[in-house]
Amino acid sequence: MISQLFLQHYWWIIVSILASLLVFLMFVQGGQSLLFTLPRNNIQKTMIVNTLGRKWEFTFTTLVTFGGAFFASFPLFYSTSFGGAYWVWIAILFSFTIQAIAYEFRSKPNNVLGRKTFDMFLFLNGSLGPFLIGVAVATFFTGAMFKLNIMNQVRWATPWYGLEALLNIRNLTLGFAVLFLARINGLLYIINTIDDDELAERSAKALIRNSIPFLIFFLFFVISLIFSSGFAADPITGGITVEKFKYIHNFIQMPFVMVLFLAGVVAVLFGIGITVFSKSHSGIWFTGSGTILAVFSLFIIAGFNGTSFYPSLADLQSSLTITNASSSQFTLKTMMYVSFIIPLVLAYIWYAWKSINNSKITEEEMNSEEHKY
Amino acid sequence: MIDNIDLSLVDWSRAQFALTAIYHWLFVPLTLGLSFILAIMETIYVKTGKEEWKRITRFWMTLFGINFAIGVATGIILEFEFGTNWSNYSWFVGDIFGAPLAVEGILAFFLESTFVAVMFFGWNKVNKKFHLVSTWLVAIGANLSALWILVANAWMQHPVGMVFNPDTARNEMVNFWSVLFNEVAVDKFLHTISSGFLLASMFVLGISAWYLIRKREEQIAKKSILVAGVFGLLSSLMVAYTGDASARTLSKVQPVKFASMEALYDGKSNAGLIGFGILKDADKKIGGKTEKEFAVKIQIPGLLSVLTGGDRNSYVKGLSDLISGNEKLGLISTSEKIQNGRYSRDVLTTYKNARLNNDSSKVDSLKKVFNDNEFQNRYFRYFGYASVDKPEDVIPNVTASFYSFHLMVILGFLFIIIFSVALFLLFNGTISKRKWFLWIALLSIPLPYIASELGWLLTELGRQPWIIQDLMTVSKAVSRISTGSVITTFILFAILFTGLLISEVSIMVKQIKTGPKH
Ligand code: HDD
Ligand code: HEM
Ligand code: HEM
Repeated sequence: MISQLFLQHYWWIIVSILASLLVFLMFVQGGQSLLFTLPRNNIQKTMIVNTLGRKWEFTFTTLVTFGGAFFASFPLFYSTSFGGAYWVWIAILFSFTIQAIAYEFRSKPNNVLGRKTFDMFLFLNGSLGPFLIGVAVATFFTGAMFKLNIMNQVRWATPWYGLEALLNIRNLTLGFAVLFLARINGLLYIINTIDDDELAERSAKALIRNSIPFLIFFLFFVISLIFSSGFAADPITGGITVEKFKYIHNFIQMPFVMVLFLAGVVAVLFGIGITVFSKSHSGIWFTGSGTILAVFSLFIIAGFNGTSFYPSLADLQSSLTITNASSSQFTLKTMMYVSFIIPLVLAYIWYAWKSINNSKITEEEMNSEEHKY
Repeated sequence: MIDNIDLSLVDWSRAQFALTAIYHWLFVPLTLGLSFILAIMETIYVKTGKEEWKRITRFWMTLFGINFAIGVATGIILEFEFGTNWSNYSWFVGDIFGAPLAVEGILAFFLESTFVAVMFFGWNKVNKKFHLVSTWLVAIGANLSALWILVANAWMQHPVGMVFNPDTARNEMVNFWSVLFNEVAVDKFLHTISSGFLLASMFVLGISAWYLIRKREEQIAKKSILVAGVFGLLSSLMVAYTGDASARTLSKVQPVKFASMEALYDGKSNAGLIGFGILKDADKKIGGKTEKEFAVKIQIPGLLSVLTGGDRNSYVKGLSDLISGNEKLGLISTSEKIQNGRYSRDVLTTYKNARLNNDSSKVDSLKKVFNDNEFQNRYFRYFGYASVDKPEDVIPNVTASFYSFHLMVILGFLFIIIFSVALFLLFNGTISKRKWFLWIALLSIPLPYIASELGWLLTELGRQPWIIQDLMTVSKAVSRISTGSVITTFILFAILFTGLLISEVSIMVKQIKTGPKH
């Protein structure tokens, strides 16, 4: 018999993997946010849109699957956060809705709204999406304003339904850190997939401009995390208490996660470094994997080791942990069998990705390709 | 404990869900059907090696891409709306309902979105066979995603495979297979995908007819009509067959919805099947609700009894039997169900309070009650009735159910005729000359859309006031946010979706006018 506790940890790991893949795949959004400033001419812009456009579905689908997996494994989080922090999630959804049509419609004749509007949609999704997702994830550490009644139904304690998260400086810094990280990954992806020397050079310059704010925001968030208290759950009663330096304790008690985290940060910096200093085109591989490792370990720190991953500031005992928010053992187990197919999914994605990306995007291809965004 | 909720919040939340679902459903069925039509066309291309089939495939693929994008855009809103607008529901059933949604993401959406990229961009990059396989995988992925979401929806119509856990105050899954092979889910899946195939066939047929009217692209148009005609005829037969199966299942699992769509108030044996009718208010009332009766009707005597019970003498339950109860049939009245529902709610409340007060002996004894079969079958299965005020409140809108059902069925038979005629004219070689038929085919493009939306209206409106049949009413399911927030998002979505729809149709029309590339 597989224990409930094991399954809850298993599913938190799956959710964390999906989240970290999502943050990495938001290089699409990061690239979109550069649409008005990076390209020098129209053909460069077309190439950028097309190289991002061939990947937007993956990011989108990962977001959808992340939502579905969270719903299935930790339904109390799904009902609490979505049903309470309404406006934050609606804003995120809105920004993804306008993205989904923008690629396909922007250069089609008779699109009514005009190419500019669709490019604006891409820009808005590119900037707001990563920022808001960063803010939402930051509330895993800083808490949110909800109360649950004995039927586990949520009541939000502010009339702002989630928008109040924007008033917290720590939430904002993680939001900006994620946004600039997405832009960094976007630039590295563009350098890697487009065969255009001038664009590569411009991207490398922009990379420097984006790395500095990223580092500032990221360091600020990490330092605040180190000094902040966390919300700890008693393993027996489930009661929640505030624990000083909780996240540092988590790192120390789970040294493996700390190693992953540090490796992630180093890889991110390494990818940026080789691009800036040795004009490498492979920075995305390092920065991308670094992003995945760092985000993954942040999620583990947020949920493992008896930590509340969604603390309530309005009513401490309503705080969510992976134990009190999860599905039943039966559902988690059934879903675990389903999850065994994930490696197969990753394998075919990899195969399909390679088979259409085996050569770089060039100006000639843009002039001859029939299905072009 | 379960606080009462402002009614306008419920109504606005429903309106928002309906708006987004109806928009989503404008695009989904075409994706379901056209993906298979593309796969069939490309298979012919690969088998025969004729370039014109490649042109045909690529032309329809362009239209597919435009439609697909907007289907995706509207779908993401729906998925998260369960959380944002129906959070109490999401908790109550998250243990069961979440699973199909997650499986959908893992199994279906990735399949579809991965291979759609190969399908669009791979023509010159991968070999013919791999490309063909990708096109088939897109079709399979799209229809698999329909499977999982329909399993979820079917569970709401006919909840099975779970038990209620009083500690967490929610239903928990105990049998995945009975959720998956829920008879409602099987009917719903087959009926829905075949209606998507039908819709896409009509789309292809209608546009091809337009080319023939304009005397353009005759070869391409005729070849497309061949595929659409055969596929359309087969799927329209399947739609009728699976629709009939759905109705039979309904008569067992959701008898109130069934009686409403037939506008059958007084149960009877030798009941006739109404082909069509016009309803008017009757003098009689059930509780406070005015009954409807037929001003005009065309009916086939005895057929409804035969269809539901196997022979003319079998008794078909009417709304009044279901509301007032009928001892002979072993039907308990709705007011008794309300009492039983309230009793089970009281037990739950007592249990919750005992937990709060740490009264462990009471907790233990009540916990036994929850595990008791008698309690489950007699009381808890009517849990949702605790929040029903008056027995007649469980009757959905009869007028809407009746018309949406009957119009859908009439259209269904019309489609069988249209596809048959199309094939007949194609095979005797006169189709280009029959202008009248070409116009009918063109003007019929919207009809399957209408039939399809009517089908969902029937399913969803006929289920009211339940969000989960007998277990939870819609008003208990809603997220308690401010009504103003929901009104604002409703307006935002209405503007956004309408703008996108206009843009989509205009692009589509332009692409059709431009025609296939040479
Ligand atoms: C997985 C579940 C599911 C699926 C596949 C659908 N719906 Fe639904 N629908 C619901 C789950 C649901 C719901 C969450 O249960 C709602 C919200 C409130 C309610 O009573 O049911 C609902 C309400 C709802 C309403 C409002 C009914 C009312 O006035 O209360 C309409 C008109 C539709 N839906 C229409 C559709 C259409 C056109 C669909 C086709 C895509 C559709 N539904 C698919
Ligand atoms: C109310 C319930 C529904 C929800 C929550 C929902 C959810 C979604 C989501 C999130 C997407 C975008 C997927 C992506 O990332 O690519 C989508 C698209 C789609 N949905 Fe729905 N959907 C619903 C109803 C339906 C129904 C009833 C069907 C079919 C019978 C269906 C079939 C599809 C198809 C074919 C697409 C096309 C795009 C794609 O799969 O990527 N959906 N839906
Ligand atoms: C030919 C005769 C038809 C019959 C007897 C029939 C019967 C039914 C019934 C009884 C339902 C309700 C199922 C439920 O509430 O669980 C239904 C739903 C539906 N119908 Fe039909 N139908 C027919 C034709 C069509 C046509 C032509 C279309 C569209 C092209 C269509 C599309 C739908 C859809 C999309 C639904 C909602 C999904 C579902 O609940 O299965 N139907 N139909």
